[in-house]
Amino acid sequence: MQIPLSWYLIVAAALFCIGLYGALSRRNAVGVLMGVELMLNSVNINLLAFWRQVEAASGTLAGQVFAIIVITVAAAEAAVGLALIISVYRSRKSVDVEDIDLMKL
Amino acid sequence: MREFFFNLVWLLPLFPLASFAIIVLWTNRNRLLSTWVAWIGIGLSWILGWTIFILTWRNIIGLTPPTGGYQVNLYSIPTGTTQLQLGFHVDTLTGLMLFMVPFVCLMIFIYSKGYMNYGTDEVDSRYSRFFAQISLFACGMIGLVVSDNFVTLFIFWELMGLCSYLLIGFWFDKSYDDPKRITPKEAGLKAFLTTRVGDVIMLSGLLLLYSQTGTMSFREIFSEETLHQLANTYAFGNMSWATLTALLIFGGAVGKSAQFPLHVWLPDAMEGPTPVSALIHAATMVSAGVYLVARSFPLFVAVEGGAQLTVVALIGSFTALFASTIALAQNDIKRVLAYSTISQLGYMFAALGLGAYVAAVFHLITHAFFKALLFMGSGSVIHGVEHGHHHAHGEGDEAGGEFDANDMLNMGGLLRRMPRTGWTFIIGALALTGIFPWAGFWSKDEILADAWLGFLHGGAFGVSGSLAFAVWLLLTLAAILTAFYTGRQVFLTFAGKPRTEAAKHVPESTGSMTWPLIILALFTTFLGLFGLPWTNRVFELVGQAAKIMGEPLEHAGFVLTVALISLGAAGTGWLGAWLIYGRKPLTVPVDPLERALGPVYTLLKNKYYFDELYRAIIVRPAIWFAGVCARFDRKVVDGIVNAVGAFGRWLSSWLRNAIDNPIIDGAVNGVGQITGWLGEFMRATQTGKVQNYLLVAAVTVVLLLALFLVRG
Repeated sequence: MQIPLSWYLIVAAALFCIGLYGALSRRNAVGVLMGVELMLNSVNINLLAFWRQVEAASGTLAGQVFAIIVITVAAAEAAVGLALIISVYRSRKSVDVEDIDLMKL
Repeated sequence: MREFFFNLVWLLPLFPLASFAIIVLWTNRNRLLSTWVAWIGIGLSWILGWTIFILTWRNIIGLTPPTGGYQVNLYSIPTGTTQLQLGFHVDTLTGLMLFMVPFVCLMIFIYSKGYMNYGTDEVDSRYSRFFAQISLFACGMIGLVVSDNFVTLFIFWELMGLCSYLLIGFWFDKSYDDPKRITPKEAGLKAFLTTRVGDVIMLSGLLLLYSQTGTMSFREIFSEETLHQLANTYAFGNMSWATLTALLIFGGAVGKSAQFPLHVWLPDAMEGPTPVSALIHAATMVSAGVYLVARSFPLFVAVEGGAQLTVVALIGSFTALFASTIALAQNDIKRVLAYSTISQLGYMFAALGLGAYVAAVFHLITHAFFKALLFMGSGSVIHGVEHGHHHAHGEGDEAGGEFDANDMLNMGGLLRRMPRTGWTFIIGALALTGIFPWAGFWSKDEILADAWLGFLHGGAFGVSGSLAFAVWLLLTLAAILTAFYTGRQVFLTFAGKPRTEAAKHVPESTGSMTWPLIILALFTTFLGLFGLPWTNRVFELVGQAAKIMGEPLEHAGFVLTVALISLGAAGTGWLGAWLIYGRKPLTVPVDPLERALGPVYTLLKNKYYFDELYRAIIVRPAIWFAGVCARFDRKVVDGIVNAVGAFGRWLSSWLRNAIDNPIIDGAVNGVGQITGWLGEFMRATQTGKVQNYLLVAAVTVVLLLALFLVRG
């Protein structure tokens, strides 16, 4: 039997909320980054679910291509984010986002 | 051919004007170049002037003279309802003046080089400036005689006034030990202010003339209908506009030609360099007055027997006698000549007043030649005596300042030491006194003959016989005195033995000074042939051409009685001078006339105390009034100005305290302060923590989503 669309959407929404909560509340910068990854992946779930429901019959691959691009961007983002975190850690001996407020003079 | 040269007449005054400009702007430092620039300028004027003169004279070229004059219009100025036409013209009177003016000027220019000590150690430090100024002066006089209207005539007239001021005061830094002796600076001022009196009168006459006729052009004013209208409309009482304007214009001539009562400036003008005296007193400025009256002659005779002719004749003949009496008791060689000039100009005015137009113009021309000769001769004498003084006493002795090189009593016996100057001076003196056959005899005789014929047959233009007789008598008396003072001058200066060391060491002047003298002496000798009573070329030239009210002028022939009487008068004068000064030459510098005449001599020596009189009744009150005005100025006018200033200061300080500081500054500061507060407030939102920003973004998205959902 086919799993209805709403289930996917609920899982994706839950995953997005978990990711958002993690990104907003985690003190550790790596945790924040992981939250962001969760949110991106929940979007991927939505993309694929809607693609399967609406577009799959027409034989186009737009939804899947879109998801792969998001994964690619997420990987690049993780690489840049981790590099930044390491760089901050080296100069401040901390990965606590509360301590990273250099933008406010 | 004739038209071609007449069209060039406007160039005549431009040549010396260009010389003036070139010297002032470029060649001021190079004395030789300045000299040549001035010479070339006046030389070109001379050549063109003589060309035009010859072309106006029908006996030479066989054409009738341009009766109405030949006109060149240069520009016209619109003045309300009328057009003011300015331009130049040539007629026979202009032609005759162009025979005299540029030539005598040229002689004076050449003479100036020697007089200003070119090429010696004593060369005048303002040498080039002198040539610039005399060039400008020549421009003024030449422009005056070629003007075809009263406006440019007046402009050139005033230009000459300015130049005479500059040139009389040429040695403005000179001062004398004697505080009563007038300095060149004061003399310049005196000449300028005295002639200004006449000029104001003349200007008012010109303005009245313009208001009545609406034109300033000679041709239109002196046309028959205009003169008729002027003669038959009345200014007030039975004085017609013609009489009134003629009298006012004569006022200008009185000032410029130094006639009584404005004669006081001319003798003091002798403080200037001698070439200037020659320029002012012979060729140009003083004869400008006579020229003006001669030019306006139709206006003067527009009313038969009007007051204007009587006034001109009486002032002229009175001045002739009056000035020659003063000349008797002057010891300054140039001052004698100055009074002689005043007296001779009186002759010309007397002739004009009798309607003897041709005689006056002829005397004007001959007088210019022999008076220039006499002035330049006297300059040569003074120059020589100054050199003799240097030679006798050495250079360092000058500090004494006692020696007066102009004083004839310091001279004597100069004929042997400076023969060229001496003989030419004597020729000039013979011409001045009217001895046959020199030029002065013919011209003076013509005036006297006109007066005599006026007495016998009634004068021209309604001049009464008794007036003519009075004029004749005064002029004949003046002729005796003229001969006497001229003889006195010649004997004191040239005869006998030197009375001072300086006079013993007098050298003859340089060629640049003596050659002009010789040339002028030739002209003085032979110019009379030009106006012999039987074949009067002057009459042919100006008399027949200048038709007055459509009628040609009458021509006085030769009157043997008059000629004999005037020769007798001149002879008497010379004889008197010889008896007193010549027979037994003076050995001490005391004038024997002083003892003989007593108080009269003192009166004459002090020029009838006219200077003192004018000082008391005009100069002093003027200075007093100026003082009053100055006090009024300082107290009242300055007070008002200061009060206005103080009020301004008070007003501005009030404005600053009441408006500027609280309101304007407050607004500006307030804007700044509000911006500051706003920034402070907004700053709180900028925490710099990335999670805060993310939270704000998330909440905003949620809120927007909610809004979207609620609104459907």
